Amino acid sequence: MAVEMEVADGQCRLRPFSCELGLLSRPDGSAAFLQGDTSVLAGLYGPAEAKISKELPDRAALEVLLRPKVGLPGVLERSREQLLRQTCEAVLLGVLHPRTAISLVLQVLSDAGSLLSCCLNAACMALLDAGLPLAALFCGVTYALQPDGAILLDPTARQEQEARAVLTFAIASSDRKVLMATTKGSCSVEEMQQCLAAAQRAASTIFQFYRDSVRRRYSKN
Amino acid sequence: MKATPLSNCERRFLLRAIQEKKRLDGRQCYDYRNIRVSFGADRGCCIVELGRTRVLAQVSCELVPPKPSRPTEGVLFFNLELSPMAAPGLEPGRQSELLVSLNRLLERCLRDSKCIETESLCVVAGEKVWQIRLDMHLLNHDGNITDAASIAGIVALCHFRRPDVSVQGEEVTVYTPEERDPVPLSIHHMPICVSFAFFHQGTYLLVDPTEREERVMDGLLVIAMNKHHEICTIQSSGVVMLLPDQILRCSKITAVKVAEITELIQKALENDQKARKEGGKFGFAESIPNQRITTFKMESAAVDTNDVEEQAGEIIAKADPPSEVFASPVVHTPGTAQIGEGIESSWGDLEESEKEEAAEEEGESEAAAFECEKVETEDTSTLKETKSDEPIVLSDSEEEEVVILEPQELPRKTRTQTSIKQENPSKKAFNKRRRKKRTSR
Repeated sequence: MAVEMEVADGQCRLRPFSCELGLLSRPDGSAAFLQGDTSVLAGLYGPAEAKISKELPDRAALEVLLRPKVGLPGVLERSREQLLRQTCEAVLLGVLHPRTAISLVLQVLSDAGSLLSCCLNAACMALLDAGLPLAALFCGVTYALQPDGAILLDPTARQEQEARAVLTFAIASSDRKVLMATTKGSCSVEEMQQCLAAAQRAASTIFQFYRDSVRRRYSKN
Repeated sequence: MKATPLSNCERRFLLRAIQEKKRLDGRQCYDYRNIRVSFGADRGCCIVELGRTRVLAQVSCELVPPKPSRPTEGVLFFNLELSPMAAPGLEPGRQSELLVSLNRLLERCLRDSKCIETESLCVVAGEKVWQIRLDMHLLNHDGNITDAASIAGIVALCHFRRPDVSVQGEEVTVYTPEERDPVPLSIHHMPICVSFAFFHQGTYLLVDPTEREERVMDGLLVIAMNKHHEICTIQSSGVVMLLPDQILRCSKITAVKVAEITELIQKALENDQKARKEGGKFGFAESIPNQRITTFKMESAAVDTNDVEEQAGEIIAKADPPSEVFASPVVHTPGTAQIGEGIESSWGDLEESEKEEAAEEEGESEAAAFECEKVETEDTSTLKETKSDEPIVLSDSEEEEVVILEPQELPRKTRTQTSIKQENPSKKAFNKRRRKKRTSR
């Protein structure tokens, strides 16, 4: 189902978001995050005993795995794992759990565009659900630059294909700092800054969504 | 992540409970856990929940040349992955004994039972056939992976639609979903596995064991059957010797369970088909129950991006102006060029400083005395080289570069030279040479 987005008078729309927390019984923290038809399931184990080879003396060793739906993980998954790991490490207070291991596994359930930002959101929700100490929250925002120069928030797979450039940012909740930025395609400095400014605004909406869903999770009724 | 072993008291407690015909989740011995099937937005994608065990299945297809021994039959490929998400202790990409046996069992259940018509997957005999690939991922391990995976597998296969093809003479046309409706696979019957766990040398029997029960069981019997009461596969494993009447009793239970599960699957498939036909909402987002407090949904939200252009302009205006960049190469002397920032090439500067140092060394040769011998000899050779063509020191750096390029001068020399005289990484020197080569070509 393709949810078409209207771009009317400079307004971008996020697709309908939904998330389910703690849906898996085995992991210490789990979350399913859905953005439109894109969905990612995240499961987190830890902090737990680490293998001696992976143990770090001063902080927790974080491992991120991204599993594609069809076939084995390839180069694309590896590079995304790196981006996700570095983003998580930036906010995770790993020094509080030295010599332990934290493993975060992300499973793609369906890819209908903006997959990396959905992965980021799912990862943050899983970290939240596991109750790990974090310096800040983070969210993923994807923008697509259309051939006519207009920017498009949270693009679908088709819009991503047609776009001139696709930009994904990880924004931290503290001061809306940029934790990670990755682009595909070519764009000018102005366009990049535009997308970044817009991403910081979209982040507010997403953080409000995080807040509401966690409030609901810990509400009594 | 390491798996937690089961303690002896837990083991004893579980076995005692089983003797008293009690199960931890309050089920009776022959009860199955609740099954929930949800479909994704794509065709051939489903998640099956059996209690808390979850399996994701996705079917995909591809046109491939057939096997030479069977030129008119499509290829079926099944793969179950035990994702490290499912349980601690599962490692990615490791072919554990459990995984191999599960994959083999599912292959026997789905392929060897001939439930999928492979001849209908042939496009051009001996040249092109469809390869149907079924990927299954275990998302949460709470026992009885076999049954959950077999249900997920057959549901995904039933849900899948492959693109329509037409053959006209030699030409094969594959139609997109917009051009022609994709066609379903022809499935003759639905084999479904039912697992039985045996305890105390087969005295006690439980249907659909959970993970805890699987850890203390003595033996496992898996029967795959379709709704026509045809047995597709039987596998008995573990250290239990079964009597013929036990197997007969199990097959009777299987027949009942399979009839129930098949009905449930068909209902789920019909519901999804109806939702798709009527243009209603479908996909994973719809399968999440609304009333649960662990779930939260947000409607499509607008983000105001009205004045981002101004904001971006401001940021750029405030930022330091970027240093001038020459997009076109700067030609210093004929046959050379430089691309990059500034007119003065940074590496040219380095070379000059290098040479200055070289000149210094020329004056006080004792300075190099503490260096190792090999390096020293090389150094002197380069010194000679600078001596031999004195004017280079004065000229700009290009000519010196040319000297390095000459085949009789080993590139190693320059590398050692730079590494001794300055902390300039040898890689940089190497790059310089490469850049030089490219531009001089």
